[in-house]
Amino acid sequence: MPAVSKGDGMRGLAVFISDIRNCKSKEAEIKRINKELANIRSKFKGDKALDGYSKKKYVCKLLFIFLLGHDIDFGHMEAVNLLSSNKYTEKQIGYLFISVLVNSNSELIRLINNAIKNDLSSRNPTFMCLALHCIANVGSREMAEAFAGEIPRILVAGDTMDSVKQSAALCLLRLYKTSPDLVLMGEWTSRVVHLLNDQHMGVVTAAISLITCLSQKNPDEFKTCVSLAVSRLSRIVSSASTDLQDYTYYFVPAPWLSCKLLRLLQCYPPPEDGAVKGRLVECLETILNKAQEPPKSKKVQHSNAKNAILFEAISLIIHYDSEPNLLVRACNQLGQFLQHRETNLRYLALESMCTLASSEFSHEAVKTHIETVINALKTERDVSVRQRAADLLYAMCDRSNAKQIVAEMLSYLETADYSIREEMVLKVAILAEKYAVDYSWYVDTILNLIRIAGDYVSEEVWYRVIQIVINRDDVQGYAAKTVFEALQAPACHENMVKVGGYILGEFGNLIAGDPRSSPLVQFNLLHSKFHLCSVPTRALLLSAYIKFINLFPETKSTIQEVLRSDSQIRNSDVELQQRAVEYLKLSSIASTDVLATVLEEMPPFPERESSILAKLKKKKGPGAVSVNELEEGKREGGELNGGGERGGDSSAIAASNASTPSPSADLLGLRTGPPVTAAAPSAGSLLVDVFSEAGVNDDGFLRDLEPPTESSDSLLAEGPGDSDSAPPTVVSEDPAPPLPESNELLNKFVCKNNGVLFENQLLQIGIKSEYRQNLGRMYLFYGNKTSVQFLNVQAKPVEPLIEGGAQVQQVINIECLSDFMEAPLLNIKFRYGGALQNLTLKLPVTINKFFQPTEMASHDFFQRWKQLSQPQQEAQKIFKANHAMDTEVLKAKLLGLGMALLENVDPNPENFVCAGVIQTKAQQVGSLLRLEPNAQAQMYRLTLRSSKDTVSKRLCELLAEQF
Amino acid sequence: MSGQDSNDLAKGRRVHVTGLLTSAFTAISRKAHAHGIERNINFKMQFMLLFSRQGKLRLQKWYVPLSDTQKKKISREVIQMVLARKPKMCSFLEWRDLKIVYKRYASLYFCCAVEDQENELITLEIIHRYVELLDKYFGSVCELDIIFNFEKAYYILDEFILGGEAQETSKKNVLKAIEQADMLQEEAETPRSVLEEIGLT
Repeated sequence: MPAVSKGDGMRGLAVFISDIRNCKSKEAEIKRINKELANIRSKFKGDKALDGYSKKKYVCKLLFIFLLGHDIDFGHMEAVNLLSSNKYTEKQIGYLFISVLVNSNSELIRLINNAIKNDLSSRNPTFMCLALHCIANVGSREMAEAFAGEIPRILVAGDTMDSVKQSAALCLLRLYKTSPDLVLMGEWTSRVVHLLNDQHMGVVTAAISLITCLSQKNPDEFKTCVSLAVSRLSRIVSSASTDLQDYTYYFVPAPWLSCKLLRLLQCYPPPEDGAVKGRLVECLETILNKAQEPPKSKKVQHSNAKNAILFEAISLIIHYDSEPNLLVRACNQLGQFLQHRETNLRYLALESMCTLASSEFSHEAVKTHIETVINALKTERDVSVRQRAADLLYAMCDRSNAKQIVAEMLSYLETADYSIREEMVLKVAILAEKYAVDYSWYVDTILNLIRIAGDYVSEEVWYRVIQIVINRDDVQGYAAKTVFEALQAPACHENMVKVGGYILGEFGNLIAGDPRSSPLVQFNLLHSKFHLCSVPTRALLLSAYIKFINLFPETKSTIQEVLRSDSQIRNSDVELQQRAVEYLKLSSIASTDVLATVLEEMPPFPERESSILAKLKKKKGPGAVSVNELEEGKREGGELNGGGERGGDSSAIAASNASTPSPSADLLGLRTGPPVTAAAPSAGSLLVDVFSEAGVNDDGFLRDLEPPTESSDSLLAEGPGDSDSAPPTVVSEDPAPPLPESNELLNKFVCKNNGVLFENQLLQIGIKSEYRQNLGRMYLFYGNKTSVQFLNVQAKPVEPLIEGGAQVQQVINIECLSDFMEAPLLNIKFRYGGALQNLTLKLPVTINKFFQPTEMASHDFFQRWKQLSQPQQEAQKIFKANHAMDTEVLKAKLLGLGMALLENVDPNPENFVCAGVIQTKAQQVGSLLRLEPNAQAQMYRLTLRSSKDTVSKRLCELLAEQF
Repeated sequence: MSGQDSNDLAKGRRVHVTGLLTSAFTAISRKAHAHGIERNINFKMQFMLLFSRQGKLRLQKWYVPLSDTQKKKISREVIQMVLARKPKMCSFLEWRDLKIVYKRYASLYFCCAVEDQENELITLEIIHRYVELLDKYFGSVCELDIIFNFEKAYYILDEFILGGEAQETSKKNVLKAIEQADMLQEEAETPRSVLEEIGLT
């Protein structure tokens, strides 16, 4: 019976496939394939013209080889020839080959289009369908250009066969998806909408996909489809199961069409026309009713089809979110599925309920299923179902059930799959914070979280608990007590030590009255963990110890002893050694008053959105992929750096200055500390300011490094200053707006690193800077050009006063976190005579400073150049030369830019090409540059291509000013 | 790309940086590809794969434009993930921002990737209807039928689903279209001798 026995099979093909199947090894298979390829090649090249059948057979073999995963680089022409054959099977194979193997920018596309055109006008429905299928399968822009005008005509023509109409509708849809600008529906709109009324169910099924897509883009033009869709739906829903003959699927009338109709209606708000709306509500009720009826068949297909419609109807009900009755009914019906024996239904019910939980009408109804959902979380065997249950618990959580849900999630965490733990941890942390009525519960929850799943507790989570404890004095004592107890456990997670160290360092005094947690006991407890911890945690603990000395003078000698030990003061890690030395010194020379000022309790953190929430959002979205990429980028960077080079670098810098006496910023990790001081007022800014003591001293500050808002959190400047300066006085003025000439000043430094940044009759600011990878160090020299003292220069990092004619130096460490547009601002205030001088400059830190030059050969250059061919990846400017067009000067400037200047790459020796990679913490951005001078016109054309559009744009802007 | 990398390595340190750039570029192209899927979010069904229990791909249909390398990578990833599932588990999986709907028939897995808002159950029945069509056409279909007559399997799929959307859901109509085509075929076919056949292989 099967068609294959009808004698149309290609024996040669069958033999070949058998041979391949009989191959014992991969090598044998490759050998057989190569033999076949050689054979086919010789046949195609041979003098003897091949007949259609042979051509078909060989093309088919090539296709088979390709589908096995091998590359095919010939035979395309023969396949195209087959398209013009009169024999159906030859044509068919030709089209199949083209659909599978020809990509849109093939040179053959013109020939293919020609063949398609012939078939479309052949009036042979079978040929027309073949041609339409091919267009829909390839769907290239060239095809859209050739056929987007013709296909709508075929679709609505009165004499077109139904099967052709179906193909035409979906073919048009495909073209619309790739090239919406080429598919102009205008005059066809109403005739297309009326295909919903077509006699032929198949035509409606195909057309509705097209209409749905068009409605999403132009809802107004297509809105007449709503009433047509409702009446069509109502006819299907109310039909008896036999009415629709072959469109009935396992006793369910037209399930695909029903789902598509319900989906189309989700493009629109509820119908305004009362009659239409009434009819639709009736339909929805009927669907809900039918789902409750006893099944007409035991086959799973019957229940699947029926429930597919039910779920789609529920989606529509949720979309309208205006019919409380329907919403609650939907919820109850889904509730029944929660314990269904079909795993699929349990999964879908949990998923659907998640959206119901967000509607005010059904939220309460969803909550009634809490026990079942918790049970699902505990007992489901399939991790994807458990994941849905966890999602639903998260969605149904509110103040009334938060404690129960959080407790359940916590207990689930102990056995949860590794794949979902991190997300679970974030969810628990968010719920705990969001619904915390008393903060002791919150603290308990987070500490439990660390205890149970410490490895999955990200920095955001434990930063957050510290922020909250610092900001709420009613919970500080409790937090100290709890964390003290948690630390008693013989093995506790390092994150617990971090939280413990921080909290006891700040609030240990609140529990010191109890002899069981006396200062010394606290210290010994913390210190017992010290040796098991990593360097950053040890650094944090050292800071906690110096805080202890301030809180409890009686511990001073013990702690000094510890700091003085060789394992600290001669630690091979520079950071630890430095802290030990400084803290030891600080504790021995500073008076109690100074100590108390320097080591004062942390000021409250500014309120802001939980960074955990942001992280969860990021995790959930499609961004997950890109996060991995970023991490990968970082790893690659790390390899190249030779491991901890970066870390070593920054600590080396820190060592050359005395570091800040206050551990304030350090306590939360050197780089990612929250804005702890008034110096970084822009919320969420990652700028760990230069003057971390300012926060401790609660004073004003002289200079104020603050990224402009657009680029906030893109650049981090960090500069431990000179610590022994006298406490500053208060300056209340706001930073001045940047000087008008600051842009110009900035441009001077694009291609060089040293020079005078600013000069007026009073002050000269010189700059020396160096960059490596994504890090930089900048020395600022403040020169007093007058003969009098600047009074009241409250530089903490700089000397408080600059003698006439003298110069002081300040160091800023810079780390580029991700690409940025605006340079950070430098705000300078000082007193000259009686007047306060206030000026703001742009710090000459531009994105090109983080270039790593990349040498490459001509071939590689152009290959990469082509890879970056998307329009937004390129930025181009044509501009007049501002300076003489001296080749050597140009070369020097391009080298100063930081990219590698590539010789013998551009065929035109007048042109310059450069390549480099911008190193940021988040990622590396490869960039290519081409500068084409035109000496006659005194013009340049500058083209930048890089993987990130903002980078191309910014580099282009910066460079256009340079030549 | 990998050949490129090894070349670079062979050339020593100078090219080491180039290697880095290459990987930076790979990351970029990967991102572009992720975007490709995102931008084409309207493509309801993005691809369909048929593969054996041993993980051999038997049929692949792509409804989104992707490069061959991307297709190979995706197939490998999806096949591996589906094969790792146990029998009683649910038929839906979240993967990237898509949903994978799969079902096993004898030795063959049928697997569709649909956009995340798509109706899972109706997709499951799309798979079943396709299996029914194959079954009816080949007469109790088995994996071998699809291996030896892969081109037929593609035609049947094209008649049923076009551009990722159901074109004709009536079993009778789809089979009628295929039969008509087969009739055309038979008329056009001229008998040829067995010897000629073998001689030409």
